[in-house]
Amino acid sequence: MLQKEKTDNYSIEVRNLTKKFGGFTAVDNISFSVKRGETFAFLGPNGAGKTTTIKMLTTLLRPTTGTMLVNGYDPISNQDAVRRSFGIVFQDPSLDDELTAYENMEFHGVLYKVPDKILKNKIQELLNFVELWDRKNDAVKHFSGGMKRRLEIARGLLHTPEVLFMDEPTIGLDPQTRNSIWKYLKDLNGTAGITVFFTTHYMDEAERVADRVAIIDQGKIVAEGSPQDLKKTTGTKTLEEAFLSLTGKKIREEESGSIDQMRMNRKMWSR
Amino acid sequence: MIRTIYILWLRQLKRYVRSRSRIIGSLGQPLLFLLALGYGFGPVFQKAGQGNYLEFLAPGVIAMSILFTAIFSGMEIIWDKQFGFLKETLVAPVSRLNIMIGRTLGGATVATLQGIIVFFISIAAGFRPTSLTFLPVAFLIMALTALLFTAMGTAIASLLEDMQGFQMIMNFLVMPIFFLSGALFPLAGLPSSIFIAASANPLTYGVDGLRGGLGGQMHFGFGIDLAVLTGVTVLFLVIGSYLFSKIEI
Repeated sequence: MLQKEKTDNYSIEVRNLTKKFGGFTAVDNISFSVKRGETFAFLGPNGAGKTTTIKMLTTLLRPTTGTMLVNGYDPISNQDAVRRSFGIVFQDPSLDDELTAYENMEFHGVLYKVPDKILKNKIQELLNFVELWDRKNDAVKHFSGGMKRRLEIARGLLHTPEVLFMDEPTIGLDPQTRNSIWKYLKDLNGTAGITVFFTTHYMDEAERVADRVAIIDQGKIVAEGSPQDLKKTTGTKTLEEAFLSLTGKKIREEESGSIDQMRMNRKMWSR
Repeated sequence: MIRTIYILWLRQLKRYVRSRSRIIGSLGQPLLFLLALGYGFGPVFQKAGQGNYLEFLAPGVIAMSILFTAIFSGMEIIWDKQFGFLKETLVAPVSRLNIMIGRTLGGATVATLQGIIVFFISIAAGFRPTSLTFLPVAFLIMALTALLFTAMGTAIASLLEDMQGFQMIMNFLVMPIFFLSGALFPLAGLPSSIFIAASANPLTYGVDGLRGGLGGQMHFGFGIDLAVLTGVTVLFLVIGSYLFSKIEI
């Protein structure tokens, strides 16, 4: 069992967390904790269980066994308290393309019950923060990938969460946008003390930004510590080398989504 | 809670108003039905002693456009699943029931609006309601029909992963619902198998009530029509809410 007093120092605590899909174990008995105000990178090859772990922490999936606390609340028994306390930027875009940037923000603010009086100011402040205020009345479908990502970050912060989850926030973005995204996060982390939990495949970014790193492979955590620690224990010069020496160089297969499966089926039928 | 439902409702409305091509496209079909069938079958219908076919058909075409728009609105959840927006609503601290209610009310409002627009189009095409006494009842029946089929669309969409199943739903569910509803032909004197199929079809009662509401001849009467529509709407709302609450992404 997790003890109550610990929650003052930790934003996220995970003990013996397991998730099975049928016979496949996506997350295999992992434990880790993230300190309040920390920038924490959750790294691993494709299909290692990163997104599944985030889904469990953010109440989208129920674990098979194990306990979790997010900001002191249990994502299984106290969903709403957990949901109010985190913001999230998903791996795939999750904006309504037909709505404007402002409307997407407003929608989020209402769902999270941000009081009317402060909602407008807060939206303006955050859209300014991600440099999208002058595009506030444009439909999101006209935005570039980087603009959508920035908008999602602004949206994830609108209800002043204590933890921000980001699942591969910089994937497919140009170096300029990636840089500015990390700059926003450093700012937030410094001024608002927000805990940032992110995954990425760009090891140089993790090395530069993260206070601490956990590496997950085939559902198990294989290493945890600061980037310096990991380099030291593996005797390597960069986090990327450390990552490869811990997880091996074999290319991983990720289970495909339904569209890919459909394509596969069609190929099989037409043979 | 009310604000949550309101913002979800508003979102459906905004999406509808902004998709002009969708509005125009969805108005073309009823117009074609009214002109081609209404005037094409008119003489035969008249000779069979059934009166003016356009007068008979127009309520059916209004019901058709409500059916299509409502099912489509409900099934928009699949889009939201694929384009990720559903996740945004599902991690928010609001109950699934409220999300489902807001969306369904929004979809039903859109479908009702569509029905009202088609009502005016049919007037432009030559339809003349014989009496306007029951017009409020006609609108009530439009709204109920819209709610019923939006909830049905939500229920179906909760079960489907992607749009691949959409065509199948159109061909094996939506089209039979439309063709076997008495929208195109009178229910009296039908072969019993067709009549049984029509009686088991909730749209039949929507078409019947709408026809009566616009001053035409009814088969079942307002009492039965309203009772069946209300009952089936509640049933689909319950099923839809249950299935929606089970979505995992």
